[in-house]
Amino acid sequence: MTKLAETVNRFPSGGQKVLQTVVRYLLMILLALFMFGLILLIAGKDPLASYKDIFSSTLGSTRGFSEVIVSMIPMLITALAVALPFRVGLINIGGEGQLFIGAAFATFGALTFSNLPAWLLLPLMALLGMLGGALWAFIPGYLKAIGLVNETITSLLLNSVAPKIIGFLILGFWHSPRDTVKTPSFVDAARLPTFFGTRIHLGLVFGLILLIAFWLVMKYTRWGLEMRAIGSNPQAAKRNGISLAKYLVIVMCLGGGIAGLAGMVQVSGFYGTLFPNFSMNMGFLGFMICWLAGADPLGIVLMAFVVSVIYSGGNLLQLTRGLPYAVINILLAFTLFIVLARPTFFKGKKS
Amino acid sequence: MPGTPASRPIPKPIVSMRGITKSFPGVLANDHLDLDIYASEIHALLGENGAGKSTLMKILYGFYRCDSGDILFDGLPLAIRSPHDARLHQVGMVFQDFSLIPALSVAENIALFLPHLPSVLNLKAINQRILEISKRYDLQVNPRAMVSQLSIGEQQKVEILKLLLAEAHLLILDEPTRVLAPHEVEALFKVLDSLRQDGYAIILITHKMKEVLECADRITVLRGGHLAGTLLRSEASEDKLVALMFEKKMASLQINRTPLISESQAPLLELSAAGTRAEGLVPGLKDIHLKVHPGEIVGVAGVSGNGQKELGDLVLGMIKCVRGRKFLFGRDSTHLSIQQVRKSGVGFIPENPLSMAISPFMTVLQNMALTRTWSYARAGGLRMDWKAVKGEAERTMQALEFSFPLYVPARSLSGGNLQRMVIVREMTAQPRLIIASYLTRGLDVQSTIAARQALVQARDNGAGVLFISEDLEELFSLSDRLIVLYEGTIVGSFKPDETNIFEVGHLMTGSVVQNDKIS
Repeated sequence: MTKLAETVNRFPSGGQKVLQTVVRYLLMILLALFMFGLILLIAGKDPLASYKDIFSSTLGSTRGFSEVIVSMIPMLITALAVALPFRVGLINIGGEGQLFIGAAFATFGALTFSNLPAWLLLPLMALLGMLGGALWAFIPGYLKAIGLVNETITSLLLNSVAPKIIGFLILGFWHSPRDTVKTPSFVDAARLPTFFGTRIHLGLVFGLILLIAFWLVMKYTRWGLEMRAIGSNPQAAKRNGISLAKYLVIVMCLGGGIAGLAGMVQVSGFYGTLFPNFSMNMGFLGFMICWLAGADPLGIVLMAFVVSVIYSGGNLLQLTRGLPYAVINILLAFTLFIVLARPTFFKGKKS
Repeated sequence: MPGTPASRPIPKPIVSMRGITKSFPGVLANDHLDLDIYASEIHALLGENGAGKSTLMKILYGFYRCDSGDILFDGLPLAIRSPHDARLHQVGMVFQDFSLIPALSVAENIALFLPHLPSVLNLKAINQRILEISKRYDLQVNPRAMVSQLSIGEQQKVEILKLLLAEAHLLILDEPTRVLAPHEVEALFKVLDSLRQDGYAIILITHKMKEVLECADRITVLRGGHLAGTLLRSEASEDKLVALMFEKKMASLQINRTPLISESQAPLLELSAAGTRAEGLVPGLKDIHLKVHPGEIVGVAGVSGNGQKELGDLVLGMIKCVRGRKFLFGRDSTHLSIQQVRKSGVGFIPENPLSMAISPFMTVLQNMALTRTWSYARAGGLRMDWKAVKGEAERTMQALEFSFPLYVPARSLSGGNLQRMVIVREMTAQPRLIIASYLTRGLDVQSTIAARQALVQARDNGAGVLFISEDLEELFSLSDRLIVLYEGTIVGSFKPDETNIFEVGHLMTGSVVQNDKIS
């Protein structure tokens, strides 16, 4: 696990490397598109026309572009929920579960305090969402800190518990009078404001601010320094007087809190209601994006954007080209392979 | 109970090593060593840690390759390039940490090691052979048992069986008794004795005097990579061996000792009946009573693995004090966190800087700040004052006359520079109590003197030092008081001029305390 964190800590995050990073990612994505094109050819479809479809349905129109941004919002936040614990060597695969619990807490706020004005209700929901995610992450974090169980496995297992709890709450208590599988629609005060007449909502600002804060904290603050020390050599950090156990619990809870916020953002900003399978695997996608980006904030933005394009475009391919929706997973998998092969793949280019 | 050397007509050695030289960066581990091994003998290789015993044997086993020198088998020089070559020439070795696979059964582990393993295993036949051999040499193990379920002693039996089934005739055992209980040691020696009678040659790497005298036929003593002497059992005595192991060397550094110790002053560190939990193979500390006063260097002698690391960690708070109490600067500190201990004024120089003190992928300067992030943090932690870190570190570097780059990743530093970096970091905090383990490991002569000077200076300014080392000469020249650790207990406590290197050497190897242990 230390090794992973080492990789992360070696990854450039300085301003002068921004351009280099962007170019490198673009090259990798082109390669992934080329390989996916071969698959499309084998399936008897025209790759160029397919890419044109994807492009025009996503980046080619204002509406398409805004939809890409909308689906990117939860990815940004859940990726950060993985990136932060990553820096101290923790593997948080529990983003999915933390997102569920966060959404449940936020929904509780929305349903219970629906009389409050928006300026009070929304922060309350955000706090509740973070609290829920943090509580869910506390379990693996604490068990790890006392040296009992590996957080990777506990956080993963808790992912299958959280949706059951949501189902129980919705079906048992929260469902609307007319529909048993979802809650009543939230009141307007419980909805995040949207911009420019699109579906882009305030969650985007949350995500970007958090990413910038993450970058600043890691680079400049005492806590960032101590976290990097833990990620780089936990034993030495402990001997140097950095309280390892405290950091493990707190950072895991922070990661969970961020994932919980993603849950709140989805129910409040996107759906305006809570239903059992609302997450659409955003927690897992966040994990993948974080890995693809090497837990680097700028990389997370780029990768979230790319994955979001692929995701939104995939819907369209299904309609226009008669391709099964699953082909999109092939493209995602190619992207994953190529980006993860990066260390050796582009070695010759590095100075 | 000395074993009787098998009387035979002057035999030819089955293996001879001639002029073996091997250097590692900064260390000459073996310097023109010669060694002859005969059939039907137990040959003990004796020496302190770092004397070059294991290196020499790993060369014979093909694990390392020597820089120069020859290995002769029955008089013919042969190149041993890998353990595989060594096994073909019937050499087998049992390492300190065993190499068994816990998830496999005994028979499977042994089968894996056989030189000509067929594609389809005949485990029945292997089981049969295991049972035969284990009966013959009293190495009883159940071939079907999982290795993970075996005790350490049983695992060792499996390791030996493995070599026997692979038809090794020269068995090298690296500190085989380190992990065994007394009755297991006895049983092992019986096994070795019967192997010897069947013509096997056995090399026993050890630093325990008592065992050597109990079972070896011939004894070769190494010291600092040199051959100190080879004795027959009949010529050897404890005193002779201790003299060979710890020859008094000329002190390379004279330190003016101004006795500053004032026992009347309250101790900086006091351990009273402190004990730790045993972990794995390492014995915990038992009933430690220790005081370190201001202006005093307390040397801790002992062969590594006898509780020195635990002692340092106990003071630092890295491991729990499960019995007794720990007082720092007059305050009960039994349950303080490491951060609180460090804040109260404790500096810690661990035995291995790379794994225990630094973050390899951070820069040297960042590493400099790690032990005292609180004192360099500004604006409540939002900002770090790197200028202050740099200024303070450079001041200490100047005082010690150390120099190393500050803006490179710590892992790019050499071992010596890493050690300098840790010394600078710890001294910058001006600790009132310093725990220094193997302070001068990896340092050149000049830096060694500077590092020792730094400790003496700190002591002269009223700090207390707990100085853990295996270098007796260093301990004697620096310490104001000496304690000796053996198997987790303090077996001796002296002023350096009340004792001598030989007495301490005896205590370190456990040869005198034998009587105490029974009671």
